[in-house]
Amino acid sequence: MEPIQDLQWLLSLGTFLPLVGVLLMLFVPKKNVDLIKTVAVGTALATLAVGVVTALKFDYDQSEKLQYFTTNNWIKPIRATYTIGVDGISLPLYLLSMVITVLVMIYSWNHVPSPGNPKAFFILMLVLQTGMAGTFIAQDLILFFVFFELVLLPMYFMIGVWGGANRQYASLKFFLYTMFGSALMLVAFIALFVVTKNNASDPESANFTFQWFNENGPDVARNTAVWIFAGLFVGFAVKVPMFPFHTWLPDAHTEAPTQGSVILAAILLKLGTYGFVRIAIPFLPQAAVKWAPAIAVLAVIGIIYGALGCLAQTDMKRLIAFSSVAHMGFVMLGISTLTDLGINAALFGMVAHGLITGMLFFIAGSVKERYHTLEIKQLTGMLKQMPKMGWIFGFCAMASLGLPGLAGFWGEFPALLSAWSPSQLLVANGHEGLFRILTTIAALGTVLAAGYLLWLFQRTAMGEPAMAASDHGHDDIHDVNNFEWASWAPLLVAIVVLGIVPKLLLDLSDPGVQLISDIFKVSGK
Amino acid sequence: MFAFSSPVIDYHALAPELVLAGGICVVLLVDLFLPDHRRWITGTLSGLFLLGALLPVVTLAVLGDDVRSSLSGDGVTGRYVVDNFALVLKALFLLAGYVVVLLSAHEIEEGGYYQGEYYVLLLSSVLGMVMMASSRDLVSMFVALEFLSIPAYMMAAWKKRDRKSNEAGVKYYLLGVFASAVMLYGMSLLYGVAGSTLLTDVGKAVTLEGDRAGVQVLGVVFVIIGFAFKVSAVPFHTWAPDTYEGAPTPVTAFLSVASKAAGFVGLVLLVFLAFPQARDVYRPFLWVMAALTMTIGNLVALKQKNIVRMLAYSSVSQGGFILMPLAMAFTGDAQEASLRAVVVYLIIYAATNLGAFAVIIAVSRKTRSGEISSFGGLFQYAPGLTVLMTIFLASLAGIPPLGGWYAKFGAFKAVLDAAGGWGYSIAIVGAVNAVIATAYYITVMREMWMKPVPDGDVSPIKVHGSIQAALVICGVSTLVLGVLPGLIAKVGAITDLAGSLP
Repeated sequence: MEPIQDLQWLLSLGTFLPLVGVLLMLFVPKKNVDLIKTVAVGTALATLAVGVVTALKFDYDQSEKLQYFTTNNWIKPIRATYTIGVDGISLPLYLLSMVITVLVMIYSWNHVPSPGNPKAFFILMLVLQTGMAGTFIAQDLILFFVFFELVLLPMYFMIGVWGGANRQYASLKFFLYTMFGSALMLVAFIALFVVTKNNASDPESANFTFQWFNENGPDVARNTAVWIFAGLFVGFAVKVPMFPFHTWLPDAHTEAPTQGSVILAAILLKLGTYGFVRIAIPFLPQAAVKWAPAIAVLAVIGIIYGALGCLAQTDMKRLIAFSSVAHMGFVMLGISTLTDLGINAALFGMVAHGLITGMLFFIAGSVKERYHTLEIKQLTGMLKQMPKMGWIFGFCAMASLGLPGLAGFWGEFPALLSAWSPSQLLVANGHEGLFRILTTIAALGTVLAAGYLLWLFQRTAMGEPAMAASDHGHDDIHDVNNFEWASWAPLLVAIVVLGIVPKLLLDLSDPGVQLISDIFKVSGK
Repeated sequence: MFAFSSPVIDYHALAPELVLAGGICVVLLVDLFLPDHRRWITGTLSGLFLLGALLPVVTLAVLGDDVRSSLSGDGVTGRYVVDNFALVLKALFLLAGYVVVLLSAHEIEEGGYYQGEYYVLLLSSVLGMVMMASSRDLVSMFVALEFLSIPAYMMAAWKKRDRKSNEAGVKYYLLGVFASAVMLYGMSLLYGVAGSTLLTDVGKAVTLEGDRAGVQVLGVVFVIIGFAFKVSAVPFHTWAPDTYEGAPTPVTAFLSVASKAAGFVGLVLLVFLAFPQARDVYRPFLWVMAALTMTIGNLVALKQKNIVRMLAYSSVSQGGFILMPLAMAFTGDAQEASLRAVVVYLIIYAATNLGAFAVIIAVSRKTRSGEISSFGGLFQYAPGLTVLMTIFLASLAGIPPLGGWYAKFGAFKAVLDAAGGWGYSIAIVGAVNAVIATAYYITVMREMWMKPVPDGDVSPIKVHGSIQAALVICGVSTLVLGVLPGLIAKVGAITDLAGSLP
């Protein structure tokens, strides 16, 4: 399948433009705050404009093909290449990363968290943007790895410098967990390369491009593949995060500044699930079949565990963090079915979770700013004190619990549906029963989700305000302000639009996903 | 019957050594006639000579890829050569030496130390390293090693009135001499077996078979132990932290980068040329040493409160990552990959570690402290230094897109190329250690970015011009080598060592 090579420079431009902005900002004096913010937001907007052009020029009739594809030598001695391209699977995520960065920056305009220093804060966000976008366009394992890791340090500093009281512990935990995952992942990458190279009829043609692994990965002997998959699994599962590697997430989310939480939830977690869909599963299909039941079990444990965790929380932000564990559980359950429907649901779930949970963290940040606390007990009566905020929160809670008609539904429901009838290869291996049991348990998880979200909404938004405005140290509790409207409205609109017209995304991702799921169909049926 | 015919000298090939030797004489002489307040000229001169010696290295590299024997004639051909490996490492030693001169300039002048002598010793030590890169013979290796070590013993004790510096020098000296003795004994055994000191001859003779197998094993082990001291591999590392802490910081930078690299060059030469058939001895030996070096270096580094001591243990553990591909040199088809991995690692590690020391020198000038806690709140009053230090530490930790990741990548790739249980197991050990290592690098980052300033003094740091230059050199190399590692093109041309293939 020949990739489409038009407008090759467009992706590189979109990915590296933020770094140009960083360079510019380095020359702006620290004191000139307005100019710093203008340059930063301007860069982000320009990047988004490039992203929009990318989306407009994208050939939607051939979304299974890589587009804007370009390949160049990069590190010759190890045969790593600079190969990039997007297809229907990565385009939504690529765009989402740009949208989220712009919105987060607009939100930051008058919300730079303590201890200030907007220059460093905005620079970090732009570097993050490059890392995130780059991960989604990389079509070479080494390039992928470099971008994947590029987000690590900025996020570490974002949590550690601008975070809450316990920020140092949280940021260290985040960093070490991720490092651990990526060290094993790197070893797995190299092992995969070495093994495919030694297997190949023409070892000299071996390289690190995804294409090479797509063609040669499936031939890796099953036992070897299972081990290499283990390394990939740990690397990606930490990032997702899957149970039992999730413990960094609640801490990181709770302590991170609002902006950090939003980026983390909306994009960074997706790097892990994207890795499964793009790398682990198509490169090592034999191992994927072996691992799928384990992944499914862990995913469902994550769903239930996350939900129970939510019920136990007394802090609003921590609760949302635990709900992420549950939601990512649904995504992983969809992926583990190895079916067209399941993986499509997962991709949809990734975007939906990005929009909805990103929104929830925005709200949590704004609530914290007004009430100076996120203790659920002290938040009652939000609807009375700031009705608009309260209703937006209610709307997002509904979306998050998977209300039909909103985006969240299309991630969860098809995932459950697909888990009921997993891929033929899994059925042939006698896993159908397991998946059916898991579906039932996961369905319970949706009930729990409705429980904890509605309960949260009820406790925080309804009733009489527990404290007068003055108790929170304010003259008044003001409702949603203009910067918030500007940064939230696009997300809210997207949640509704994708909820009503899921086709928009599904049509885009489906052709690419079919190529993956076809690997797992028993031939001849 | 043993008529001596003088060897033919290839002056071009020998030019770097000749320039350095000339430099030593000139600096020594000039120093005699300089008034005290002008002694800094010796530093500038030394820097110029180091760069001057780089010129012939560059011309040799441009001229072509063929191997040149610097001396040729009866019984000397092939014992002292110039090949790609030698050129790359000579360039590394000269540049590292130059950066150390930059780092020393202010420090040595201000401390009222003997500047002229200091630079003479520094140049001599670099000369020894440059010689090591070309040596292909047990005797010339030994001479090179002593040439680079003896000046370093004195430099470690350069702060004459400081007891810790004295301790540093004495410890380094005693253990260094002990190591030399062990190595020399090993070399004599190898000579006894091979009847020749040429490394390739030794390589042919050391087969671990026949009735002299026991002697061969001893020879191999002793020689490796000797070099293990030099590269501070566990359990022969005990001198390193004390010496590093006591020595003047620029000297520490020199020891931990250049001197260590020279030791590794020696090990590479031995493993690739002298022991290719002795895999059953050196592989388990180096494997265990690599695993221990990484692990113990890391675990002890975690506990350090002093930044130089922490970097000392970090440098021990980094050494383990270099030993890792070396242990797998002749396993599977890892030969080329592991040779290249070692060289790349040495280059990137040099740029990064020298940079980290440059920051330490700049910061401790203000804080007058070596404690990690003295870096608290650095971001508030020295954001530039903080960002640079972050880059260097992250590179040491191996986080892309900074140089260190490619070094680690090369090491991992080499051992995985080797395949088999030996390779996979050490790769896992290495991966776990890479994570442990980030823990202590990140404590320093946390200190700089997130902690308050300990004494509340937020006056900016004035960074001396020469240190600035060093920071720029190291910072740019660390960044560029991480994004475009292919730039060290000559490394790609290193496929084998002169004489390693029949």
